[in-house]
Amino acid sequence: MKSYLIKRVILLIPLLLGVTLLTFSLTKALPGDPAFSLVGERAQPEVIEKIRKELGTDNNVLSQYLGYLKLLMQGEFGRSYYTNRHVVDDIKTKFPNTLKLAVGAMLIAVPAGLMLGFVAAVKRNTAIDRIISLCAVSGMSVPVFWSGLLLMLLFSLKLKILPPSGTGDLQFIILPALTLALPAMGILSRITRTTVLEIFDLPFVKTARAKGIGEIKIHLVHVFRNALIPIITVIGLDFASYLNGAVLTETIFGWDGIGRFTMEGIIKRDYPVIMGCVITGTLLFILINLVVDILYHYLDPRVRIDDKSR
Amino acid sequence: MTRAGKFCITVLIGISLLSLFAPVISGYDPNGIDLDSLKESPNFEHLFGTDNKGRDIFTRILYGGRISLSIAVTAAFLSLLIGLILGLCSGYFGGRVDMLIMAVVDLVLSFPALLLAIGITILFPSGIHTVVIAIVAVGWASFARIIRGQILTLREAAFIESARSVGCSHLRILFRHLLPQCIPLLLVMTGLKVGSYILTESALSFLGLGAQPPTATWGSMISANRVYISSAPWMVIFPGFMISLTVLCFTILGDTLRDRYGLTIKERV
Repeated sequence: MKSYLIKRVILLIPLLLGVTLLTFSLTKALPGDPAFSLVGERAQPEVIEKIRKELGTDNNVLSQYLGYLKLLMQGEFGRSYYTNRHVVDDIKTKFPNTLKLAVGAMLIAVPAGLMLGFVAAVKRNTAIDRIISLCAVSGMSVPVFWSGLLLMLLFSLKLKILPPSGTGDLQFIILPALTLALPAMGILSRITRTTVLEIFDLPFVKTARAKGIGEIKIHLVHVFRNALIPIITVIGLDFASYLNGAVLTETIFGWDGIGRFTMEGIIKRDYPVIMGCVITGTLLFILINLVVDILYHYLDPRVRIDDKSR
Repeated sequence: MTRAGKFCITVLIGISLLSLFAPVISGYDPNGIDLDSLKESPNFEHLFGTDNKGRDIFTRILYGGRISLSIAVTAAFLSLLIGLILGLCSGYFGGRVDMLIMAVVDLVLSFPALLLAIGITILFPSGIHTVVIAIVAVGWASFARIIRGQILTLREAAFIESARSVGCSHLRILFRHLLPQCIPLLLVMTGLKVGSYILTESALSFLGLGAQPPTATWGSMISANRVYISSAPWMVIFPGFMISLTVLCFTILGDTLRDRYGLTIKERV
């Protein structure tokens, strides 16, 4: 376990180098002074001077990159061209909103996905199974920026029961969370179905049945509990992808989170904002993946830590 | 092939043919502005209605299909090619080659796909090529990982052993003996991936990072017209329906092929 942990943490280093290299090449690829491209021309002269010193425009590329890393470590992700505010500060204030949305989406997707997948597995090869499977595939195939607009059209503009956009309490969360939850629900129910079907064939289920335990108890206690382990990893990965899928969903619903912030950055070509968001998003994604992986190894003793066949 | 699979193939061929023969099927210019027919709801002259510049939505969807489909298919083909070669080498040779290739694969797969694609499209000048590059840069890794897994199970098989013992070269074993065994898997993967690449492409063009206006793509039509969602919903509904239908058909087709060849592919690789 320990050596596995160490290995995973070491793997983080090339990942972080990779993403910072990507954003660094962006500052280099932009025309003009890289210091300007990081903080904009309207920043105070001292700030520009400081950035320019770190990036050392006259040095070679490697030392410029190291300087860039140093800036990042100091929390200098750059400043927005338009508002001249620290990108880091904006991300800090917007992140809780994105988190709220992701949790909301999870509260919808997880129970619904688990239930649908379980029912489909129990009723396998019946009409119910086929309908659920079709819904699951549809959920995965529909682009969120379209399903979001349709939900908005139906619930906000026609039925007028939910607000079409804005950031706020429960009534504002429902539509974007539902939009974000649809594809996850599809994936989750498919995985639950396959996992449960696999477990149905295992000897211990037969034993339980031979002992005369009731079907409901077999399903809930014996099958479902064992199916949960692989499913938990999927839920974790989904959670990580909510934080990214939010780029599209938040934009549509005007939800004031990191996703919309990214989109605004893209539209205005506000490069420091884009870079800051890409770095933060990737960092979160990697960290959540790490936690999920460790959790998985912790939960399932059958998984050997040095298992290379994954 | 199941009925669902046949149905999906028919729909996909239909969509491809409609896009391919767009100029024959529709008399309208996809970018032709017509101020006499602004925001018309669907009627016999304009099957799917017109947009805020009087352009025929049906025509734009046909032409947009050309872009979306060709980007997704090209990207899938390139990802497959790169992933196949690296996966074959990684699984067959093992050792350091394997370690190096799989380290890069792990690296790529640890990025959130859409964000990585966004980062790449910003680096290069906007356009169709950039979208293909962005999708392939993210997409090849899952092909490589799956092919490697397949090769690992085959590597020690008796027929490979015997090929080796009669003195077949590495190249011959790789391409004459191992490659054919991977074809069903590749078919299934490609089916599933083309669908998800269409989603990525439409998301990128929705964000304005794909083919640039006035060129129509399914994603950019939704993004440009979404402000009219309440007054002219058809401008948004039809392009999105086409994306969903196409992706749905590719996914079901992939599923059907998977069941037919008795393969198990883990979700989200």
